[in-house]
Amino acid sequence: MILFLLAVGLAALSGVPGLFGRDREGRTAAMLMTASAVLGTWAGVRVLLGAPAPALRLPTLALGSQGLLVLDPIAAWFLLPVLLLSACGAWYGVAYWHSPQGSPRWVRLVFGLLTAALAVLVCAAHMWVFLLAWEGMAIAAFLLVITEDRLPETRRAAWIYLVSTHTGTLFLFGAFGLLAGLTGHWDLAAWPRGFAATSQGTLLFLLFLAGFGMKAGAMPLHIWLPPAHAAAPSHVSSLMSGVLIKMGILGLVRLVAWVPDPPLWWGGLVVGLGTLSGILGVAFALGQHDLKRLLAYHSIENIGIILLGLGLGLVGKSTGHPALQALGFAGALLHVVNHSLFKGLLFLAAGSVGHATGTRDLEQLGGLGRNMPWTSAAFLGGSWAICGLPPLNGFISEWFIYLGSFRALGLPRWPWSVGILAALALIGALALACFAKAFGTVFLGTPRSAAAAEAHESPRAMLIPMAVLAGACGVIGVFPALIVPGLDRVVATLGPGLPGLAGLTRLPLLTGLALALVLVGLLLVRWLRGGRSTETVPADLPTWDCGYSQSVPRAQYSASSFADGLVSGARWVLFPKVHAAKVQGLFPRSARFSSHVPDPVLDRTLDPLFRLSVRGLSYLHAIQTGQLPVYLLYVLLTLLFLLIWMVV
Amino acid sequence: MFTDFLIALTMLTNFTLVATSRVNKAIQLAVFQGILLGLIPIAMGLGKHLHILLVAAAAIAVKGWLIPFLLRRAVTQAHIYREVDPYVGYTVSLLLCAAGTGLSLMLAHSLPLKPGSTPTFLVPAALATLFTGFLLLVSRRKALTQVVGYLVLENGIYLFGLLLVEDMPVLVETGILLDLFVGVFVMGIVINHIHVAFDSTDTSYLAELKD
Repeated sequence: MILFLLAVGLAALSGVPGLFGRDREGRTAAMLMTASAVLGTWAGVRVLLGAPAPALRLPTLALGSQGLLVLDPIAAWFLLPVLLLSACGAWYGVAYWHSPQGSPRWVRLVFGLLTAALAVLVCAAHMWVFLLAWEGMAIAAFLLVITEDRLPETRRAAWIYLVSTHTGTLFLFGAFGLLAGLTGHWDLAAWPRGFAATSQGTLLFLLFLAGFGMKAGAMPLHIWLPPAHAAAPSHVSSLMSGVLIKMGILGLVRLVAWVPDPPLWWGGLVVGLGTLSGILGVAFALGQHDLKRLLAYHSIENIGIILLGLGLGLVGKSTGHPALQALGFAGALLHVVNHSLFKGLLFLAAGSVGHATGTRDLEQLGGLGRNMPWTSAAFLGGSWAICGLPPLNGFISEWFIYLGSFRALGLPRWPWSVGILAALALIGALALACFAKAFGTVFLGTPRSAAAAEAHESPRAMLIPMAVLAGACGVIGVFPALIVPGLDRVVATLGPGLPGLAGLTRLPLLTGLALALVLVGLLLVRWLRGGRSTETVPADLPTWDCGYSQSVPRAQYSASSFADGLVSGARWVLFPKVHAAKVQGLFPRSARFSSHVPDPVLDRTLDPLFRLSVRGLSYLHAIQTGQLPVYLLYVLLTLLFLLIWMVV
Repeated sequence: MFTDFLIALTMLTNFTLVATSRVNKAIQLAVFQGILLGLIPIAMGLGKHLHILLVAAAAIAVKGWLIPFLLRRAVTQAHIYREVDPYVGYTVSLLLCAAGTGLSLMLAHSLPLKPGSTPTFLVPAALATLFTGFLLLVSRRKALTQVVGYLVLENGIYLFGLLLVEDMPVLVETGILLDLFVGVFVMGIVINHIHVAFDSTDTSYLAELKD
């Protein structure tokens, strides 16, 4: 426990030296974060390898129960990505700030605090500690999102985030309060058997699902996620998308561990949410033109995949099917870690693009692969992993969920598993299309703007964190057997008597296939290079000029035209807004085209609703006179009313 | 007996407070009331508890010396000596105060109090003082008189606290005192700022800050 507390302390204080002017670039902060990550990872890995879970307890009963923090396997599993991503983010942040307008000192301090809050949150064993860390995390993230507060869209994004996170916390307050009232203590502990099926159990489940789903960004509750991720500095988006939204999943995983007998419809509801988030997340991602917004919608999609796994495990728990539980939970948990690795990597790479060109607009980029080979390699690796292609890590976790769904096909009480298979397949295909669009538009072709043409590769402090994350993706993808013992221990806490994954998944075969694939890939690259080495290729030649002697960048496929087939095909879900002038005659006038896909919940539902309610509430302005005595009079009248009401 | 006398004096002070127009006199009366309240626990025979004695001494020191000191300084700085043209006139204030006191006497009988607490004049006096404080806050225009109203309001709360004085931890009482002190301190600063910004301490100017 000392190791863990030391790690939390180091992370929390990492920004403090910077406040006193000694640490101008943030190297000290990054070193402190690295030390914190090493210590915390050590503590976490020991637990995952079977050491007893260390705990921090208070001797007195002043807070209603003893245990405050317990580093159990679930906590250790979530702790590892928290520490890895925050250390990578801290180093990335050293070089990311090229302009003096931001306030890196402040950002570093809050970044450390956010990491500490996340680390405490994963270990919380007391409801108050959980809620304190939860709010600490939410507020620290708000301060980080609003870093570039001179931009109006950043301020808007931060406010939406603050309102949604507090709405989520409200649900959690309700849930924890209800739970504590029913059990009589504040421990986060197992529910009694038979409780989950009662009406209070149902209410608790729905409250928890709403609260945690809001944080995780499951589809109808995702409104804060795309704007906040787009507005935050890139290493912050990487930490938010990689770990912060996973805290919602952590809550649901804890819930699964507490409940011995979940009703069957719980799993069904979670699977339904997962399907909705997964498919709509990637569909809306296809319509985006902002690189970071696109990645943010992909986070929603991946939360959907995680929920599919979790729901499958819940179904297994309700129907008493150990193999199904093991595969579903393992798939979900592994995807949590995998997504934090490759999404962290993708956001860092997107930040690197923004750093080099000053824009995130896909239609302004293009051809960056030439000037930024390492960033483009990192982005390609991340895209490969997020699409669930072998031999990278995204494939492994989706493979677990696929295996589980196939096993669930035979369940007589639950016929929906074929839906999971269809959803996963659809998500995978659309994700591939979307990343073909993103990677192709940003890194291939010819530059669409001067900024993109003059792009430069990022400094080493930004590239090394990306390399670390990409390496982790590769290791998990090729040698999944390395992490299976730890994963088994986490899964074992979620249900009694679950089988080990090694017997269910044929991992050595996967490793062999992955190695073969890597080998084939290397040979292919060598063959292509070897074939071309005799000629000299001018460096500034366009990729493909369609047979014209002089092609212009504007004649390329743009991001919207690339995705148009899919976006227009799904017009009945996405409702894209297209502004185009009709082109008429032989010599048409110059015309402009633009399209965007508004968010279905935020832009199409909540925004008009709030506008309407603002108009309705404006009549209440009359009682706001601005005169102090009048307000005091209101207080006095309320007091009198209450007194008389109490007496009569 | 002596307690009842002190409580009666407190209630009479309320009437004088709402009827006075001079700021200095209002401050004097509030101080007088504060000292009376400080004496009540001793008169109630609670002097044997050391922490109650200490809190009473602290209350007298804060209300009898520190707060009037701050307020008098504000008076001399802002050159406000009279409450001219209040929202509610003095006669009406007096009538309202009387109505409030009557209402408190009526309400106090039927309030569900802790069983075992002796029915004294303490509860009606506390309610009446609360009402008076509110009346001053609501009906006066000058920030300084409003501060006096706030003081009287706190006195009412203090009186109510005396009901539970034997059970109340010393922390709560010192908390109330600290609250009062900080309140007056902050309002002193606010008064100064209003004076600087609007060249007057008339709080009705604050309505201009409304959006």
